Amino acid sequence: MLRLFQKIFTTGVVTENVKVYDEELEAIGVEIKRYIDQNFAGSLAIRQVDAGSCNGCELEIHALSNPFYDVERFGIHFVASPRHADVLLVTGVVSRAMQTALLRTYDATPNPKWVIAMGDCASCGGEFGVSYASCGAVNNVIPVDMTITGCPPTPLVLLKSLLALMQKK
Amino acid sequence: MSWKTAFLSNLDEVGIFVKSESISPLVELWEIDDRHWQNFAKMAFEFKLRWAAGFAENPPQSPFQKGEEKQFYVHACFEKSGDYILLRATINFSKPEIPSQATVYAAANRSERHTHDMFGITFLNHPDPRCWTRHKVWKKSDHPLRHDFPVQGFPADITPPDTDYHFVQSHGVGVYEIPVGPVHAGIIEPGHFRFQAVGELILNLEERLGYVHKGTEKIAEGRTPEGLAKLAGRVSGDTCVSHAWAACMAMEQAAGVETPKRAALIRGIFAERERIANHLGDLGAICNDVAFAFAFMQFMRLKELLCRSNYELFGHRFLMDKIIVGGVAVDVTETTSHVLLSDIEQLRTELASLMPAIDLNSSLEDRLYTAGYLSPETAAHFGTLGFVGRASGQDFDVRRDAPYAPYDSVKVKVAFEDQGDIASRFWVRYKEINASLKLIEQFIEQLAQLPEGDLVATWKTPETGSYGLGIVDGWRGEIISYVRFGENNTIARFYPRDPSQLNWEALEKAVLNNIVPDFPVCNKSFNCSYSGNDL
Repeated sequence: MLRLFQKIFTTGVVTENVKVYDEELEAIGVEIKRYIDQNFAGSLAIRQVDAGSCNGCELEIHALSNPFYDVERFGIHFVASPRHADVLLVTGVVSRAMQTALLRTYDATPNPKWVIAMGDCASCGGEFGVSYASCGAVNNVIPVDMTITGCPPTPLVLLKSLLALMQKK
Repeated sequence: MSWKTAFLSNLDEVGIFVKSESISPLVELWEIDDRHWQNFAKMAFEFKLRWAAGFAENPPQSPFQKGEEKQFYVHACFEKSGDYILLRATINFSKPEIPSQATVYAAANRSERHTHDMFGITFLNHPDPRCWTRHKVWKKSDHPLRHDFPVQGFPADITPPDTDYHFVQSHGVGVYEIPVGPVHAGIIEPGHFRFQAVGELILNLEERLGYVHKGTEKIAEGRTPEGLAKLAGRVSGDTCVSHAWAACMAMEQAAGVETPKRAALIRGIFAERERIANHLGDLGAICNDVAFAFAFMQFMRLKELLCRSNYELFGHRFLMDKIIVGGVAVDVTETTSHVLLSDIEQLRTELASLMPAIDLNSSLEDRLYTAGYLSPETAAHFGTLGFVGRASGQDFDVRRDAPYAPYDSVKVKVAFEDQGDIASRFWVRYKEINASLKLIEQFIEQLAQLPEGDLVATWKTPETGSYGLGIVDGWRGEIISYVRFGENNTIARFYPRDPSQLNWEALEKAVLNNIVPDFPVCNKSFNCSYSGNDL
């Protein structure tokens, strides 16, 4: 037990400050921000849905919970059910086998809700595109409010995009 | 005398004639008559060959064949003592049938069902005739990998869920079912698990995968070599280096291109860093699944440091697209080497203070020891690979047993345990991290002695119809990648066999007699890829 505490105290706090600059906010869109302010009052419950990703995006979403980014300190938390969620964070192209599951998840999420398409596949189809097995980008299946590009987007980009949603005007 | 000679003479005795041809120093192509497909498997089983992969393809059509009937090639890949056999039989398009090998090798089961869905090839006497990859994405009469099937297919506006799939039923007082997925509660890939339980005890688990089938094999057709390397890096995002490497190795073999020594060493460094990063993440995740947050945070922190260093040195946190056809996209310079070596030093120091704190934790011991037991016999039965196999007595590692550059020039130490429980898999992965650190040191040492030089070999357009089989050891285990070229430097067939395809079935057995709340940690200790399985 002593070793454990020793490791904790010698490691210290590694969590980093993250600032979001005005230009970045602008890039994400002022309209979106106003909507979030009105509806979610600064706290965001996210349900992540992998609709057909290669699992690269999931690794970076996991990284958001590591001590460097510690996403929960901003009031952003990942929930186990769409019924608890404000936001659906969708990764991957939507595979056809996942189409109904995604639609049902979307329906199960209470209004007002927000859909973020994360990664190149979810945003525009990426390497996989539209085919017999894939519906392509997420907005081909459900309405998308925001896209975060990158293959996969780094946790910092991801965190900044989420924070931009939360900031008061 | 090689086991092949004895095996061939045994085959000869029972009337199975083999036409063989060498593909690479470690792989031979053996052609047999399709009637003997199952008998060959029986003989191979007696000879203790490991069934490694199975796939079919539309063979290239030669000008002489015009007017003649179209055919399919059916392939199966076997391994023993580091020697591989790519077995091939040719069957007719009008009557696409071949005896099943799944009756002999359980490992072939899902692979044959996949081939059936994709090509419409019937495996006679297959023990499980249900569809696997298809769900309701395409009609039963359609077969996406046949030439006449357009890549866009004939999708419905909304693809219905596959509600007709017959799961194993259970009866009796107090037996109940738990359906889980495809959308899981955590941040993981989609798949369906069907548990039968009494109280908390798992009586049976049935996996239903295929939800992330993205048509990888079909959309690979017609790509350039560069395009295929990119796609291969996305077969399973956490294995982007090794999958790209396996695909590039197959393409290079087909084209007769040899990568520069420098590039091979850098590939080795990338692959080992990928292994370390994933092992660190999963060691943490295993601890997290038994609510040991301290270790979870520490391992996640170490993984993040590695990803950041990857980003600063090479431009991508997971090194995606850094392995390109013919070589690598970035160099490891002398300055980079220094950073890599100090990374290694730092990680060793961290682990030296972290591991004793974990090892002495009795609550962790309580949860990990004896849970999720996979016996060496079951592991062998399913051809279990990588750290899952190596924790259950399967002493095989491509890097040591069928070495490819740069592993042929270093000493590869393979981590090994045979208790087969979660703790065993945990410690095998920890040992593998240490082994990987040593490998990177050896690669850097060799790099330092090489003059600066080309990172990419000049590409030669491969002949139409040429093919290659890339076999590498990814962090999950052996990856087999098959590539055939068509006309004008385009890809005619790509099939990647992720180790998950075999390890998934072993998981079904490992969770038996465990309690339902232990399923997440059992699952995490395997950490199979859904994307790599579903393609």
